[in-house]
Amino acid sequence: MKRITHPEQLITWKNRLLERHAPGKKTVVISSGTCGQASGSLQIIEAFKKELEKRNLKDEINLKMTGCHGFCEMEPNVLILPNGVFYKNLKTEDVPQIIEETLLNGKVISSLCYASPKSDEIISDCEAIPFYQKQKRLLTADNVRLDPTSIDDYIICNGYQALAKVFFNMTGEEVVEEIKKSGLRGRGGGGFLTGLKWELCRKEDGEPKYIICNADEGDPGAYMDRSLLEGNPHSVLEGMIIGAYAIGAAEGYIYVRMEYPLAVKHVTRALAEARTYGFLGKAILGSEFEFDIHIVQGAGAFVSGEETSLMASIEGRRAFPRQRPPFPAQSGLWGKPTNINNVETWANVPLIINKGADWYAGIGTKKSKGTKIFSLVGKINNTGLVEVPMGITLREIIYDIGGGIKDGKKFKAVQTGGPSGGCIPADQIDLPIDYDSLTKAGSIMGSGGMIVMDEDTCMVDIARYFLEFTQEESCGKCVPCRVGTRQMVDILTRICRGEGKEDDIGKLEELARTVKAASLCGLGQTAPNPVLTTIRYFRDEYEVHIKEKSCPALACKDLIVYDIDPKKCVGCLLCKKSCPAEAISGERKKVHIIDQEKCTKCGTCLDVCPPKIRAVSKYTGKKMDKILKKRQAKRDNP
Amino acid sequence: MKKILKDFSRNQKEVVPILHRVQTEYGYIPPESLPEIAEHLKISESEIYGILTFYKAFSLVPRGKNIVTVCMGTACHVRGGPQILDEMERDLEIKSGRTTADGNFTLESVNCLGCCAIGPVVVVNGKYYSHISVQKVGKLLKEYKST
Repeated sequence: MKRITHPEQLITWKNRLLERHAPGKKTVVISSGTCGQASGSLQIIEAFKKELEKRNLKDEINLKMTGCHGFCEMEPNVLILPNGVFYKNLKTEDVPQIIEETLLNGKVISSLCYASPKSDEIISDCEAIPFYQKQKRLLTADNVRLDPTSIDDYIICNGYQALAKVFFNMTGEEVVEEIKKSGLRGRGGGGFLTGLKWELCRKEDGEPKYIICNADEGDPGAYMDRSLLEGNPHSVLEGMIIGAYAIGAAEGYIYVRMEYPLAVKHVTRALAEARTYGFLGKAILGSEFEFDIHIVQGAGAFVSGEETSLMASIEGRRAFPRQRPPFPAQSGLWGKPTNINNVETWANVPLIINKGADWYAGIGTKKSKGTKIFSLVGKINNTGLVEVPMGITLREIIYDIGGGIKDGKKFKAVQTGGPSGGCIPADQIDLPIDYDSLTKAGSIMGSGGMIVMDEDTCMVDIARYFLEFTQEESCGKCVPCRVGTRQMVDILTRICRGEGKEDDIGKLEELARTVKAASLCGLGQTAPNPVLTTIRYFRDEYEVHIKEKSCPALACKDLIVYDIDPKKCVGCLLCKKSCPAEAISGERKKVHIIDQEKCTKCGTCLDVCPPKIRAVSKYTGKKMDKILKKRQAKRDNP
Repeated sequence: MKKILKDFSRNQKEVVPILHRVQTEYGYIPPESLPEIAEHLKISESEIYGILTFYKAFSLVPRGKNIVTVCMGTACHVRGGPQILDEMERDLEIKSGRTTADGNFTLESVNCLGCCAIGPVVVVNGKYYSHISVQKVGKLLKEYKST
């Protein structure tokens, strides 16, 4: 392929690709993002390759390796086209049967299909699965259609059409206006109006101007940016090139965290392809516009996701945040006007240009437009990436799309916004999800992590977990953040150990106020949020930890014991054999006993004890003391 | 070292990419490489030292033959990630962040690998293991103990 030097050439090329494309051809689409590969998708692909070769079917049946389809719980999975059959949790042994029955004879293998957890109903059609039905997949739609390592696949899916439209029909100003009109807000955390941000940078005088794609997706529990970069990297590049044109930037950077090797690989390849086709570099699409993008890998520092730290990191310095103003639009990378947006924000841009700001603004709520990708994880049946219109309720996400809580347990809370966010309790299940309602509930939208917690999750432990995280990631520049979070972790750890003091909650609240008010960057300013929201909604749990030295969720290790009920134990040796600490004694058909001194409280015995028997239980508080005393008495007088 | 440095310009922005490359080549950042990097970029050694100790990715001491990384992300946390790390520490008889005396294993934890749906996740030498339980830890490590 030669460089494309004119919009018409792009259309001719797309048509030529479509001629070769044969849409009705039988195709096996294999979801193969990092999750898929970790679950064995590469082995499935190999098995298909071998089997197709063996049967001489290579020319009749296509194999397509794509990015993540979002339904991570069902990995490895395949989609059979053109009939849209979805097979889940595959093993390599299933491959010959799929080829024989489904691809050659058109029969559906029901044992490989998705079954509704409620009704056991078998659903073979991918689009009929409730997980997909209630979503509005705009940004993630093409993830099932395109091979992320092929720019031609992206072009078939109307790729780079928005770029052509912008370059030859719109001025930079008009592009900014269009993005402003769409109401798009930053998907990285703050939720600032993207168009306005662009305008500020466009109006600045300094030269050259830079744009940055923030792909340092550090919030634990959020991975939509990884999925976009892995599954559809060109959509992000196209968004960036359009942004550069609108703002007048000459150079762009994509800052990716090092924990995402597959994303780096796909983006690097996409950049090279885009240069070959003339979408990057000099005279883009035959115009006078020149622009190129570099990729920079992070080095494992959470704070580098903060915009001023990120720029310091690109410049080759320690990722320390700095005072704002001046904002990056005024003085950013190397002191020049700079515009930073995150991956998902950039990916929205081609969509808005192609379909129009009015169309886009018609999706979502009054102040939050478009769709948002959430990573629905934790104690939920259908874990995965879900793209939904803003304003959808928590109930719809958790029960309709997510299929409810795992193992029939009780829904307790959902954590949004990562370490900067908070926990929303079960009684707010009908909360519409948008920027403003989440802030009102004490949390934030953040980058879209949604970690579902059930009755077994201890809210004090979760607060401790997040504070430990921010304390470890605090860069140390500001004293309130560096020392304040340390004090908060110490208090929370004490509470989780059953050593909490009466005035600890008050102390935590006071520290939280100081850290929030006196820290320089977002990391410190929001670090106390997980503590504040859990105190606000689950104060009683804190009090039980402090006053009764017990953990109602039976999660805090120091406040629980495992014990075997002698009336129920049948002496099957299962727990004894599986205990990694060799803390269980007993013989076949005799009651087993846990040595509390050796027990590491890993919970394996509880997991392996057969559900019919259920002899192992966890205890806290007074019951725990009783068990420990009984054991002590036995040791003293054997 | 000279061969590595030849691929990079003398702009300070190359410092992190250079350190990444050195770590890939040697498995760690040999302290004796610092003067050469400093000379190449025309910045002080202490500045490079400051940068490489700031970022978690870099190690100044040799790491084990097998790198075991346990994910400590929120989703893995609620599904039992900390218990996995405990068991790894117990089995290998080292604390997280350390290398075994025989140099066979380095145990590390990471904040989130972004594979939250299939947690708890453990990565050994770049290979991902999903849905790990305390029970599976011994067997998983055994695979690498003989190598």
